[in-house]
Amino acid sequence: MQNEFLPLFYTFHFYLFGLIALVGAIVFVTRKSPVAAALWLVVVMFALAALYVMLDAQFVGMMQILVYAGAIMVVFLFVVMLLNLGHPSDLNDMRGKLGRLLAGLVGLALVAELMALTRSEVTMKLVVPPVENAAAGTAGIIGPIAGPLFKEYLLAFELTSVLLLVAIIGAVVLAKKRSN
Amino acid sequence: MTYNLAIPAQLMAALGPDLVLMVGAMGLMLYAAWRPESAEHQRRVGFASITVILTTAAAVIWYASSGATASPGVIAVDGFRWACDLIFLAGAAATILLGIESNPRDRVLSAESHVLILFATAGMMILAASRDLMIVFLGVEMMSIAVYVLAGINRSSVRSAEGALKYFLLGAFSTAFLLYGIALIYGATGTTSIPDIGARIVTYSLVHHSMLLIGVGLLLVGFAFKVAAVPFHMWAPDVYEGAPTPITAYMAAVVKAAAFAMFFRVWLESFNLLDGAWLAPIWWVAAATMVVGNVVALSQRNVKRMLAYSSIVHGGYLLVAVASGTSLGSAAFLFYAVAYTLATFGAFAVVSSVSKPGTYATAISDYDGLWTTRPWLAIGFSVCLLALLGFPIFGGAGFFAKWYVLQAAITSPRDLVPLSVVLVLTSVVSAGYYLHLVRVMFMRARPDDAVEPAALAPLTRAVLVSCVGLILLLGVFPNRLAMWARSNALVTSTHPPTAAPPIAP
Repeated sequence: MQNEFLPLFYTFHFYLFGLIALVGAIVFVTRKSPVAAALWLVVVMFALAALYVMLDAQFVGMMQILVYAGAIMVVFLFVVMLLNLGHPSDLNDMRGKLGRLLAGLVGLALVAELMALTRSEVTMKLVVPPVENAAAGTAGIIGPIAGPLFKEYLLAFELTSVLLLVAIIGAVVLAKKRSN
Repeated sequence: MTYNLAIPAQLMAALGPDLVLMVGAMGLMLYAAWRPESAEHQRRVGFASITVILTTAAAVIWYASSGATASPGVIAVDGFRWACDLIFLAGAAATILLGIESNPRDRVLSAESHVLILFATAGMMILAASRDLMIVFLGVEMMSIAVYVLAGINRSSVRSAEGALKYFLLGAFSTAFLLYGIALIYGATGTTSIPDIGARIVTYSLVHHSMLLIGVGLLLVGFAFKVAAVPFHMWAPDVYEGAPTPITAYMAAVVKAAAFAMFFRVWLESFNLLDGAWLAPIWWVAAATMVVGNVVALSQRNVKRMLAYSSIVHGGYLLVAVASGTSLGSAAFLFYAVAYTLATFGAFAVVSSVSKPGTYATAISDYDGLWTTRPWLAIGFSVCLLALLGFPIFGGAGFFAKWYVLQAAITSPRDLVPLSVVLVLTSVVSAGYYLHLVRVMFMRARPDDAVEPAALAPLTRAVLVSCVGLILLLGVFPNRLAMWARSNALVTSTHPPTAAPPIAP
């Protein structure tokens, strides 16, 4: 490790986001209201994305947020609302002052941390020196994913698209309106 | 010629027949959606699908006769692949031929049902070709997802929906086992390539590596679900009963053959060296499948459920061939798959034509005295049932199929004589339900209020006649088929292990 801050910084955030993910997952499976459960799942997804970023897999982290927290959760909520399973009163999951206070404090702490990090010189020390990043080369972060995907795993990649096509056709065949 | 699979263009060339089928299926998908649902459109798309299948079969035969090979890579270019492809394509063609006529009767008018059969068959062809666990997984899923939908294609039937949902949930569950097994095997060996796994097991002496063994165990569970082996067979009877009859035949014969093709490829090319560890589980699963399947089949009063248990039992017989772990075992599988596919499609063609319109479930009592009203139907059904039983002469190729499985088991270096004894004894038990049906058809009086079965539709008749004819013909002249199976058998992993890269620190 290059400096004394990195291990502490890393460990602290690993446990922080790990804890958020675990608590979020437990709360997610114990909620009665589907809407609240879905929103808790979003919390889990964000915490996991943070863990991915800490593993230097920034691309996977972003995809986690865009695809899972974004697209898939929106579809979930859509289905829930179309089926009218959720009631507005259930959305009010954080009952009581304590819960709100706690949520506010965690949020404030994260914002404060961001503010502090952008202003202090600690940030510069935390940047991993380019030598360690040499493996990524000129391909950047996405290169190590894109390269194998279109070289070694080309066939698997193409077959996956056919597989998804079959799944879509199947869903449409089962769900479409009958003509008679 | 030898395809270099590292070059995308040559990889594509090596996948020629698969691409023909997939492109054809995609084109027909658009054509099927072009016009509103109707019986005629369903029929047109059905015949177009047959054309695509014939074109693909011609491509397969052309590739097979060109004797092409490939460099080690994600897919195999060998006789086993082409032989399996031809079996799948023949089964798919028979399914579509039966479907064209029975779909309107069952009020299934969506033309996409034929297209989904093409896609499922494409998945199977990928499965037969795959030499990489990732491709195996994708092939399994492509096949399974299409078949889940096909099982529930009749949306007016509650039973069909129930069966399809059960199949989907349990199938998804088994896929999780398969995937987790693949992940653990990758974790233990560092590769998903099937021959490389075998090589690395030797190089790094991983035979007792617990992560590998757990992975192989989970893989076995996933495979056992797909071939409906006891104790993972619970879904099969409900699904087979609820699905439209041609689809049931497709699941019982072709899907099972595809699952076994993958089973043989994976086991013979990579885990053959894990002798002691995997033999015991397969031994017990095979024995349990044969015993439980046969005993439960005896108590069935519904022909489709009985044939479902019969198909479970045949999975058990084929597991004996897997357990033999030899090249001869895979040759026996090819012969068996041909005979079993013919017998299954023949039997289900009869079931499809005897079923009352709108219902799939046919009670055994519906067959009382069939001989007096439809003698040829009764004779055809009897031949198929005797073939499934493995009866000599009248059962035609079915007898030799079982014979070759037994031969593979007995000549195997592993001691499979007890398992062979189980196979023979349970075959005797199976006579109890196959011959019962034959007896009912010939020796019971036709009830006065029995509905006259409709005249056999021309395509159904063509399927039935060609199945029965081939069963009998191959029963008299099995040599050519046996030689074909032998020459297209898998080569077991006795090759010297290729140099594996050192394990990363």
